[in-house]
Formats: sequence, C-alpha cells, structure tokens
Amino acid sequence: MDLTLFVWRQSGPNEKGKLEEYAAKNVSPDQSFLEMLDEVNEGLVREGRDTIAFDHDCREGICGTCCQTINGQPHGPQDGTTVCQLHMRQFKDGDVIYIEPWRARAFPVIKDLVVNRSALDRIIQAGGYTSASTGGVPDANAILVPKPDADAAMDAAECIGCGACIASCPNASSMLFTGAKVSQLAYLPQGQVEAAARVCAMTEQAIKEGFGNCTNHYECEAACPKGVDVKFIAKLNREYIKAQLKAGA
Amino acid sequence: MILDGKCPTGPIQQSWDKHRQELKLVNPANKRKFKILVVGTGLAGGAAAATLGELGYNVEAFCYQDSPRRAHSIAAQGGINAAKNYPNDGDSVFRLFYDTIKGGDFRAREADVWRLAQVSNNIIDQCTAQGVPFAREYSGYLSNRSFGGAQVSRTFYARGQTGQQLLLGAYSALSRQVNAGSVKMFTRREMLDLVVVDGVAKGITCRNLVSGEIESYWGDAVVLCTGGYVNVFYLSTNAMGCSVTAAWTAHKKGAFMANPCYTQIHPTCIPQSGEHQSKLTLMSESLRNDGRIWVPKKKGDTRHPTEIPEDERDYYLERKYPSYGNLAPRDIASRAAKEACDDGRGVGPGGYGVYLDYADAIKRLGEDTIASRYGNLFEMYEKITAENAYKEPMRMYPAPHYSMGGLWVDYNCMSNVPGLFVLGEANFSVHGANRLGASALMQGLADGYFVIPYTIAGYLATIKPGTVKADHAEFRKSVEDIKKRNDKLLSVNGKKTPAEYMRALGKLMWNNVGMARNEQSLKEALKVIPEMREEFWKNVKVVGSGAAFNQQLENAGRTADFIEFAELFAKDALYRDESCGGHFRTEHQTEDGEAKRNDEDFCHVAAWEFTGIGKAPELHIEHLKFDNVELAVRSYK
Repeated sequence: MDLTLFVWRQSGPNEKGKLEEYAAKNVSPDQSFLEMLDEVNEGLVREGRDTIAFDHDCREGICGTCCQTINGQPHGPQDGTTVCQLHMRQFKDGDVIYIEPWRARAFPVIKDLVVNRSALDRIIQAGGYTSASTGGVPDANAILVPKPDADAAMDAAECIGCGACIASCPNASSMLFTGAKVSQLAYLPQGQVEAAARVCAMTEQAIKEGFGNCTNHYECEAACPKGVDVKFIAKLNREYIKAQLKAGA
Repeated sequence: MILDGKCPTGPIQQSWDKHRQELKLVNPANKRKFKILVVGTGLAGGAAAATLGELGYNVEAFCYQDSPRRAHSIAAQGGINAAKNYPNDGDSVFRLFYDTIKGGDFRAREADVWRLAQVSNNIIDQCTAQGVPFAREYSGYLSNRSFGGAQVSRTFYARGQTGQQLLLGAYSALSRQVNAGSVKMFTRREMLDLVVVDGVAKGITCRNLVSGEIESYWGDAVVLCTGGYVNVFYLSTNAMGCSVTAAWTAHKKGAFMANPCYTQIHPTCIPQSGEHQSKLTLMSESLRNDGRIWVPKKKGDTRHPTEIPEDERDYYLERKYPSYGNLAPRDIASRAAKEACDDGRGVGPGGYGVYLDYADAIKRLGEDTIASRYGNLFEMYEKITAENAYKEPMRMYPAPHYSMGGLWVDYNCMSNVPGLFVLGEANFSVHGANRLGASALMQGLADGYFVIPYTIAGYLATIKPGTVKADHAEFRKSVEDIKKRNDKLLSVNGKKTPAEYMRALGKLMWNNVGMARNEQSLKEALKVIPEMREEFWKNVKVVGSGAAFNQQLENAGRTADFIEFAELFAKDALYRDESCGGHFRTEHQTEDGEAKRNDEDFCHVAAWEFTGIGKAPELHIEHLKFDNVELAVRSYK
C-alpha cells in the first residue's frame, strides 16, 4: 500500500517545528509502523536528507522507549499497543497519517519525535522504591503476600513508563504513572513503612515538574499500551489523603 | 600465554565464603574517595551502581537510553532461577551448579558457577524486599515453575514480565541512590572508548547523544555492564540499540575477548515475515512448559495445522528426548527445529517454522489457566502475526538471543586490564557454551548485587584514589581519536546506508557462522568480512552532523564495530575445532546429530588479544578443570 505521512520536524527544543509531507510507498501490511519509518528514513539517507529522529529500542512493546502520537492518538489507533507493536495492517492504501511527538510542557522536544522524559525518572527518584539496601533482608517466604494483593501489585507494576498517559491527558497529568508505582508498593507489606512519605514526595515532585491534576477524563487508561487501570489514580488519592491525615494527627 | 582465572582452591562448597574472607576491605570513610564508573544500567549495571552507591562509593552511571529503566534486561520474560527448594522437589545449590555446568556443555569455570548458584537465593530475598511482585500461591507463598534444562521447579516469575519487574526493582534501588546523591546518572551517553593509563583502566570517553559532544569521565575503576553482541546477526531478539561497541573498544584497548563464538540461538521466536524486518521477537521459553512442539510427518504438508490428524504429526522433541521432551535445552531444541525445516517439514511462509501447540494444554487446564499463565505472550503473538494462538498453534523459529562469550574476566570479574571489571552478559564467565533458561537474570543480578561489591574492594584497596583525572593526556587523545573517526564516517559520503551493511553482515553471519558452522563456511566468511570492512569505509553514507542528535551516526559507528568484531567471532569459531553447546561444527557430531565435544584439545577458554585491525589476534588459553563434576556426554534423552 501507498501512504502519505505528515511528520513533525523540529531541529531542537528552542526551534520552531512544523509538519512535513513524505510518501511511504509499497508498504507491506506485515511491517511494523517503525519498520515503515525505517524505510522512509533509508530513502532520505539516499537523497542526502536529514532523517526523521524517533525514539525506539526493544521493538517488542516492553521498554517504553517509543513515543509517537499517530493521528492524534498516543501510540496510534490500536488498543493496548505501543508504536513498535503497531503493524501496518491497521492502515489501508491511500491513508494519510499524521505523526507527532508526545505533547506536554514537561516533555520538551529534543528533535523531531524525540522528547525528554527525564521528569518521570525524577518522580521515581523522589520515592518510588522501598529503602531495602542490598543484603540483610529476610528470606523471601518470610513475607507472605495474599495472592489478590500480589496480583493487584503486579497489575500496577505493568506500567512501562512511556508517558502516553501524560500525552493523552488534557491536563498532562502524570497521576496514572505516579499512581501505578505508589499502588504497587502500597499493596505490598514491603511498601508499608514508607508509604506516607513516598506518596507525598512523589506527588510533590510531579507538581514541580509541571504535570497537571486529574480531572477524570480517563484518556490515560485508553491510551495506556499496558491497560493500567485508572483505579490506581483513586488509590493514589486515597494514599495521599491517608498520609495527609496522618501528618495532621 | 596461559591465563590464570585466580579461582580459590579447596572444597568448592566453601570457595566463595573463603574468598570473601580473604578479600581486602575499603573502610567506610575511604569509600567516598573512590569514584567508580558503571557503564550500562541493565540488571548487572543497575544492581551494581545501586549497591556500590549504598556502600558509600562515589558512582557515576551511564546508559545510551533516555532512562536507565529501558535496558534490554527488561525484555526477559520467563523467570529467574534460584536454589531455594521451596517446592521440596530435591533442588539444592549443588544441583543448580551441576545443571548450569552441564547445560553449558562443560565449558564454564566451576568456581564461578558455584558462586552463582550459592548467591541465587539471596537474589530472590533482595528482589522480594524491593517489592518485586513475584507470582504467589493462594497461601501467600512464592510460586515456582519449571524451565528448560532442569528437572526441578526452581524458576521464580512475575507473569511473563520477570525481566521487566527485576529491572524495575534494580532501577528503583538505583533511583534511591540518585536521590541520595551517591550515584550520578548520565543518560543518552554512549561509551565509545576506554581510557587506559599505564596499563590501568582510568576512565571512559562518551558521546552525548543529544548534543553530540565527546565527553571524558575519569574513575578509579570502570565496570562494564553493556550486554551482549548478537545483533552481529542483525536480526535477533536484542533491542535495536544493543551493540558490541563498548566491549569492542575495551578489547581494542587491551581487554581479552573470550569465546566469542559461543552464542545462543533461542528456539521459540516468531518467524521472520519479510525483508523489511528489523528485529525478531522472542516468545518465552516458559511456553514450552505447556505447549507441544511439532511439525507434519510429511514433507511439504500445506494443510491447516488443525486439519492434520494426530498420527500425522511428529512431536520431535518428545520423540528424541523422552525424559526432557519439550523442555530440552535451548541449543538442542533450536537445532532440532532447524533440522526439521531443512528436511522440508517446516511450516508457514518459506517453510521456516515449527508449531508450538496449546490445544492439549487448553483441553487439560482450560483457556483461563492458560491465559493467566501466558496471556500477554498470546496477545503479543497476535499483534505481530494476526493469528490467535488459542485457536491454532503458534509458529516458531530459532533466533539469535544471547552471547555466552564476552570479555575475559578472572574470578573477581576483573578483566586482564587492571581496574576494568565486566559484569553480566558482557563477560564470558558462567554459561559455558550454552546458557540455560532463567539464568541470565540470575547472573546479571548476582554479579551486580552480590559479587562486585566484594571483589571491587579487593582491587580498590590496592590503589590510591583520584590519581588520574580527565585532564590527563590519554583522555585528550581519546577524545581526538573519536572525533576523527566520527568525522571520517560523516565524510565518506558513499552509496550505501549503515543499515544496508548491517543487513548484509547479519545475513552472512547467520548463513556462515550461525546455528551450524563448518570449516568451509567459516573460511568463506573470513574472506568476505575484511572486504566488507574495507568497502564500508569507502562507500558508507552517513547524513547529518556530528555535533547534534544523529541516530544515523550512532548506527554507523555500531555497524563499523560489528564488522570488525565479526571477524574475531568467525576466527574463534574456526579455531574451536569441536562442537559444544551453541557452537555446532557440522564436522563434529554424533551419529544422531548431537554436538560432539573434544575435551582433549578444547577443554579451555580461548581468550583473544587485539593486535590491530585486520591482523591476526593473539590467542591466550585458560584451562578448565572439573573437580566436582565429571566431564560427561551431555544427554537429555
């Protein structure tokens, strides 16, 4: 199939960007979206033109590196799919495709479709861990975890940190991302000791980075390639209120 | 030269404990005076940086990704081994040690493997304390499953995302240290050179992938945790950014490369769909627990799999290896698949595929149970192939997956260059000629959490901190060399893209140095690779600038390194005139097609010293002694 692409080109964070038109010809339905872009880039190299910069790495939907807004949807039209796992059979001959970077003030563009997501690392650095230094921990089976809690923790831990939740949110809120980590540790006995400090520190950091608040649009859950549930935002709020009450008492 | 691995002597059961007692210590007040550079933030690097930071060292960590959480350890699906013996099925440290030595076809060091088996239990404790959500039983206790190459259930797992969860555990420990100020994190940095001063590793040179700047970093020790090199086959299960570059530059600066021909071809990957393909996707080996592998008995049978009756199917692994069946080790399962396809009984487009069938398991356990065990894998399969594995069997074919070979290290994980340590997949030490499933995660974390914190102190206690800084002439020279090389890449302005070279190299390596090799195919490869290298530097076309974000330049540099490395890889495969584990020389096989070792001549590690591009590398040998396991023919029948 033949496609027309409009791709966001921007040479640096402080430069002005714009959509430029490219033709993608003879695209196979078995190709992945990124393989389609690879071929467009190969063509650009042969013409001596600057290639389209885009982030990608594992190409199996788990590392969370790829981040493109395709026809207005972070990660494109297929549910529960990262860009790298999106295949061209989701499109048809003659389609016009708009490709843009994640849009959020806290994610400045580095080049073209590549953005800086280090704000997410800083949210985790603020408290997304248990302070268990290596060595001196109890036998793994000394900590019993009810299966439903372990499963809920795992549901939250599915987050791949891609940032689609933020790119899709009208408030650029990071609450699904933050809520996923807070919830994972809040469901487990190992996370209890630092629960209150953790939720406060991570929330403060998210505000500092310029991420917005949740106003219940649920766009994040719809865009999440791993289907992380918005109930973790509710859990985040509950943990936060608990921590505030505890601090007040 | 005969190399000494400096393994402890005496009974193996006490070897690591005894060695730890004898290692020197660095006192807490002195630790912060030492600066350690950790390159790569996967399981080995993330765990090492976090733990060294906790101990009070001054750590700087580097990764080429935009975040340390994205290292390719994240893609490991199935699980992590440990000798906990929670299921009470007869496991022990000795059994895990024995299985790993045997699984590696008797080409690994006993002492290193013993230590790995011993600390495996600590890893599970540590990860659980971090909040890694391992699978649990209704009782609240941890759950185990079985895996290839073992007859006990010793594998811990977190759905089909064990690597992801373990990496996020190490990443959170690392993040905690970044917050505490003991680790400084440098993302989007690619190590392009090792800086060696008077024969000792003293720092690295990186390219800042955002600004294009070439940067110098000094350290009292350098810890390489930069993963494996199977992207030399172009199509592999590795991430697109995985490269041999960091290890190769260390090799060019004097570090020996050991057994590069030992690579693992994973039996269960989704077959290639066309020329456009950029990578292959692995389906966890755990699928073999409940799935049955088969091909039609008849050649060229094009019927739909569900229309082929039971008695016209060949469940070849169950037939050939009745005691291990579908759980035969990876090298054996891969070769058996290739054999069936070469015999004209392969399925799917091009005939390069075998079936992995869940019909019986679904009948026995129900679709819900299968979905809870493998649901995410079935979904992933459907996204790539548009086929529903609950209704029809998956198609699988082997793909390059892991490198057992790597930089040579002694028992302390230090290379022959003092001050240069190598951990995880980047070193050669524990997997011999074949790695068992669920052992890579175990090794990465063992090296990072429980080995390097002890052994690096033994080295640091013998040197003075901060004697060489980034203003040393060697650093300046290194920066100049890298700049020159990048300028050269950008100025060739030829006709072929870096990707075209990578595809051509991959095809050559797969056909001539792949799952089955022989003298003729290797000699042919050794003729073509140098020609390709010369052509590359005359005809590559790299667009963009060196002083900016430029993914084409990144790929060109990695490709150039892969082409140089490929020659050593093929040379090592030609030198090793025997078959063992994943290294299968067609000249050396038993009557029924199994790998035939030659212990008399090759029971050793082949470690190569760089002498110049296009020049014959110098061979160093480390003899392998087996005092606790009898050298035997590896049998899984």
